[in-house]
Amino acid sequence: MNPLLFLLIIPALTMCGIVIARNLKSVRIISAAGMSAQLLFSFLLLFLFFDLRHGGNTDPMLLVSSTTWYESFNNKLNFGVDGISIAMILLTAIVAFAGIFVSWQVEHLTREFFISLILLATGVFGFFISLDLFTMFLFYELAVIPMYLLIGIWGTGPKEYSAMKLTLMLMGGSALLLVGLLGIYFNSAPAGGRLTFDLTEIAQRGIPLSAQLYFFPFTFVGFGVLGALFPFHTWSPDGHASAPTAVSMLHAGVLMKLGGYGCFRVAMYLLPDAAHSLGWIFLVLTTISVVYGAFGAILQKDLKYINAYSSVSHCGLVLFALLMMNQTATTGAFLQMISHGLMTALFFALIGMIYGRTHTRMIDEMGGLMKVIPFLSVLYVIAGLASLGLPGLSGFVAEMTIFVGAFQHADIFHRAATILAVSSIVITAVYILRVVATLLLGPVKNDHYLKLTDARWFEKLGGVTLVLSIGAMGIAPLWLSNLLRETLVTLLQPLTH
Amino acid sequence: MDYSFTLIIILLPLLAFGILGLSGHRMRPGVAGLLGTSSLMVITLVSYFTAFHYFTAPHAGGYRAISAFSIVWLSFTDSLQVHLGILLDPLSVMMLVVITTVSLMVHIYSLGYMKGERGFQRYYAFLSLFTFSMLGLVVATNIFQMYIFWELVGVSSYLLIGFYYERPAAVAASKKAFIVTRFADLGFFIGILILSFNSDTFDFLSLTSVNGPVIAAGAGSVFLGLSATTWAMLLIFMGGAGKSAMFPLHIWLPDAMEGPTPVSALIHAATMVVAGVYLVARLFTVYALASPVSLEVIAYVGSFTSLFAAVIACTQVDIKRVLAYSTLSQIGYMMVALGVSGYGGEAGLGYMASLFHLFTHAFFKALLFLGAGSVIHAVHSNVMADMGGLRKYMPVTHLTFLVACLTIAGIPPLSGFFSKDEILVAALEHNRLVFTVQWFVAGITAFYMFRLYFKVFWNRSPEYRHTPHESPLTMTIPLVILSIASVFAGFVPFHSLITSDGKPFEAAFHADVAVPSVLIALAGIALAALLYYKENLIADGVVAKLRGFYTAAYRKFYVDELYLFLTHRVIFRFVSRPVAWFDRHIVDGAMNLIGNSTVGLSVAIRKMQSGQLQAYIWFFTSGALLLALILVYLN
Repeated sequence: MNPLLFLLIIPALTMCGIVIARNLKSVRIISAAGMSAQLLFSFLLLFLFFDLRHGGNTDPMLLVSSTTWYESFNNKLNFGVDGISIAMILLTAIVAFAGIFVSWQVEHLTREFFISLILLATGVFGFFISLDLFTMFLFYELAVIPMYLLIGIWGTGPKEYSAMKLTLMLMGGSALLLVGLLGIYFNSAPAGGRLTFDLTEIAQRGIPLSAQLYFFPFTFVGFGVLGALFPFHTWSPDGHASAPTAVSMLHAGVLMKLGGYGCFRVAMYLLPDAAHSLGWIFLVLTTISVVYGAFGAILQKDLKYINAYSSVSHCGLVLFALLMMNQTATTGAFLQMISHGLMTALFFALIGMIYGRTHTRMIDEMGGLMKVIPFLSVLYVIAGLASLGLPGLSGFVAEMTIFVGAFQHADIFHRAATILAVSSIVITAVYILRVVATLLLGPVKNDHYLKLTDARWFEKLGGVTLVLSIGAMGIAPLWLSNLLRETLVTLLQPLTH
Repeated sequence: MDYSFTLIIILLPLLAFGILGLSGHRMRPGVAGLLGTSSLMVITLVSYFTAFHYFTAPHAGGYRAISAFSIVWLSFTDSLQVHLGILLDPLSVMMLVVITTVSLMVHIYSLGYMKGERGFQRYYAFLSLFTFSMLGLVVATNIFQMYIFWELVGVSSYLLIGFYYERPAAVAASKKAFIVTRFADLGFFIGILILSFNSDTFDFLSLTSVNGPVIAAGAGSVFLGLSATTWAMLLIFMGGAGKSAMFPLHIWLPDAMEGPTPVSALIHAATMVVAGVYLVARLFTVYALASPVSLEVIAYVGSFTSLFAAVIACTQVDIKRVLAYSTLSQIGYMMVALGVSGYGGEAGLGYMASLFHLFTHAFFKALLFLGAGSVIHAVHSNVMADMGGLRKYMPVTHLTFLVACLTIAGIPPLSGFFSKDEILVAALEHNRLVFTVQWFVAGITAFYMFRLYFKVFWNRSPEYRHTPHESPLTMTIPLVILSIASVFAGFVPFHSLITSDGKPFEAAFHADVAVPSVLIALAGIALAALLYYKENLIADGVVAKLRGFYTAAYRKFYVDELYLFLTHRVIFRFVSRPVAWFDRHIVDGAMNLIGNSTVGLSVAIRKMQSGQLQAYIWFFTSGALLLALILVYLN
C-alpha cells in the first residue's frame, strides 16, 4: 500500500475515535494524538523522501500509486509527492497540530468541532498528494465545505453572513475552476487517444494553444480566489473576522495556499503558453494585491482585519512570484507559502488567545498587554517581526528569494512591478509596528487587564511549535530552499523554455 | 595564520543573548549582568588578539583581506549565493576593536546605571543581541550578509530605544526609528538587487578587487542619464544615510534618545550610526572608480548635514539631544571625508581620515554620552536647566567630560584634532566650498559643546532636591578608560594601517589647515565661555535678536512636522483611507451586489411558483398563445 494513504487514514481514524469518545477530555486527547501522529508521520515521509532521493531515485514524483476509480471517464485516484508537495504537507501538519491545541477550550459541540476541523485538514492533505485533476478537485471541495459549518456554528459576530459570503465566493471560484478543469480534460488528447485527468500525462502531451488561452483564466482565477487574488479577496477579511481561531489558522495558514499551489500545479504547469501570454494581466493584479493589501491594513482597527489584509498582501506576493516564472522566484513563492502559513497561523492563534482574555479585538481598546501577558505578547512581537521580514525568521528568506528572483527580469514592466512589490516591506513595517505599539506597549489601559493570566500550557505548546518552525526556517533555510529548487528544475521546464 | 577562531567573537554574544533571552526573569539580575559583561570581556580580548596579529603579521605590499570563515546560507541562483562568513581586512579588524571596546565599556557602565531597573535581564539580552548583530555586520563577507545584520542591528536598536516600553514617548521613538531606517533600507535593498543583478555576485572580495568596478558595472544600462552602477551605489548610500541619520533621513536619531543613556552611547553614537560610513568605506573601490558622481552626492549630503545639525545643537536644551545632533554633525564629517576622497595612495587621504575620525569619534562620543548619563543619573533629569555647578559634586565626571569636550572641539594634541585635521586637509584639496563649511562647523562644534559643558558643570546651581553625588565605580571606570582612549587615539598611525588600497602612505602635517581650525575652535570656546560660564543675560539678548532663526533651529527647522504631514495627512488620509473605503464599498460592494441581485431575482420569480392552479393555467395558456402567435408571425 502507498504510505501516502496514511495521511488520509490517520485523520479518518482520529475522526472515528472522536465519534466514539466518551467525554470532552478524551475528545481532546484523541484529536491531539491524531494530529501528533500526523505530524510525526509527515516528518517520516520527509525523511523517506530524502532517503529515496539520496538513493538515486530521480523520478519527478515519488511514492506514486494509481487506482482506477471510474473507468469510462478514465478517472483515477493518482497519488504521489515531489519536493513541493512534501513541503506543503509538512506545513499543513504543523498548522493542524498547533490548531488542535489552540482549540483546546472549545466547549460548544466539541466533538463536531474537532471532526469538522480534522475533516478540513484531511481535504488539504488529500489535495497536496493528488496527481490528478479530479482527485484534486474532490479534496479541494472536501476542504471548503466544513469551513461553512465551522464559521456558521462556532464563529463570532455576523457569522452567518460571513460564512455564506466566504462559501459562496469560494464556490464561485470552484465553478470557474470546474470549467477550467473540464476544459483541460476535454483537450487533453490533442493527438487522439483517451482523455485523461492525470497531471503528468497532460503535461507531457500538451494542450493546444487555443484551448490554453480559453481555460487559463478560468483555472487561474478559480484557484486565485482562494489565494486572495485582487479583486476576489473580500471574503478574506469578513470570513477571518468571524471564523473561530483554529479555523482562521488553518484557513489562512493552509487553505489559502491551495490557491497558490493550484495556480502553479494546474494553471501554469499545464497551460504554460497561455501563462506566458496572459501572465502580465495577472501580474498587474497581484502587484495591486501586494501593495493594496498592505495599505488596506494600515488603518484597520480590528486585529483580524489587519491580519486578513496583511494576508492579502503576503499571498499576493505568492502569486506575484509564481508569475515571474523563473526558478528563484518560484522557489520564493513556495517559501513564502510556508512562511506565511506558519506566521499567519501564529498571528491568528495569538489573536484568538488575546480575544479570549480581553473579549475585544479592537486595538485601540487594548494597550500595555506586554506587561500583563508577556508570554503571548513576546510571541506576538516575534510573529510581527517575521511578518515584516526580519532576518533570522522565515519571512525574510521567502521575501528575499522572491525579490531577487523577480529582479532577474530586466525589462521595465517587470522591474516596475518588482520595485512596487518591494516597497510593500516598508508599509508592512508601518502596520505591524503600529499594532505592536498600540496593543502591547505603553501603559496598561484597562485595570481589568491586570488580572489577566498568561498562556496556559496548551496555548504555549501551540504557539511555541509555530515559533520554532518560523525560527528554524529563518535560521537554516538552505535545505528547504534546495528541496524546492531541485524539484522546480523539472517542473519549470515547460514555463521557462 | 588561521583566523577561524574569530568565529567566537560572533557566536559568544549570540549565545549570551540566547541564554539571557530564554531564562528571562528567572535569572538573577546580577548574574545576567555578569554573564553579558564577561562574554563581552572575552570577545574584546579575542578582538585585540586578532588585531594585534593581523596588523603585525608580515604584509609586504599592503594588507590582504582574509576570509576566515564562510558557509553557504541560502542560494538564490546557481551563482548568486548568500554566504555567512568572516572577512578580515584592516577596516573590519579596526571595527572589531572599536565595537568590542565601546560595547564592553557600556556593559560595565550599565551594571551601575541600570541597577535596580525592571527588565535588567532583558536589557543585557538586547545588548548582547546588538553586539552580535553589529559584529556580524562589520565582518560580513558579502553585501547580502551585511544587509541581514543591518536589519538585525535595526531591530536591536528598536528594542533598546523602546526599552522603557510603558512610556509612550519611547514607544513612539522606537517605532519612528525603525520605520525611517526601514524606508532607507528599501533603497539599500533595491541597490543590492541592481548591483547583484549586474555583477552576478554579492561578494565584497570580488566587488572591491582590482576589476571590481568592471564587475559591478556588468551589462548594466543607462537609466535617466545615470549608469546602472551609479543608481545602485546611490540607492545603497540611501540605506547608509538612513542608518547614519544623514539629512533628510535624520529625524529618528534625536528621538532615539528616549532609550537608556548607555544605549545611546553604544548604538546611537559610537557603533550603529556609523554603519553608513562603514558601508560606503566597504564599497569604496566601487564608489571611487565606477561612480564618482555618487561620491559627490555623499560629500554634499554629509557637509549639509554637519552644518544643519551643528546649528540645531546650539539651541537644544536637552543634554542628550545636543549630543545627538552633535553625532549627526560628526558623522557628516566622516561622510564628507569619504566624498572628497580619491582612490589609492595619498589621493585616498579622505578615506583614511574618515575612518580615523570614526575611530576617535567612537571613543570621545561614547565618553560624552556616558558622562551625560552619569550627570542624568545624579540629577534625574535630561534638561540643562536642572543642572549647573556640577563640577563640585562630580569631579571624575567633570574632568572626563572636559577631556571629551576638548577632544571633539579639536584641541591638540587630543585625538579629535588629528582626525578632524586630516578631513579638512582632504576637503581643501578637493572642494573649497565643502572645506569652508567644515571649517566653520568646527567652530560651531566647539561652541555648542562648551555651551553644554559650562551650563552643566559651571554656571549657577539650581536647587537640587537631593544633593548630586559622584556615580559609582562601575560607571566612573569606563569614563576614565574612555577618556584615556580619547586622548591617545590620535597617535595611532592610521595612514600606515587603514588606507583605500591597503598600502601605507605618508601623511604630511599641514600647518596651514591646522592653525585656522584650532583658532576657530578656540573662538567657539571663548564665545561659549562668555555666554554661559556664569549666569548672565547676554545669551538671552542674542536669542532675542535672532528670534525667528532661533525658533526655527530650536524646532529643528520643522523637518519632523513635514514628515508628519506627509505620512498622516497625505499617505494615511489620501491613500490608506481611500483604499480601505474602496475595498469595503466598491470591491466588496460589487460582490454583495451580485449576492443581493441573486436574492432579488429569486424573490421576483418566486411568485411564479405560487401553487395556485389558476395562475399556472393562466401562464400556460398565455405562453402557448404567445408561441402560437410567434410561429404564425414567422411563417
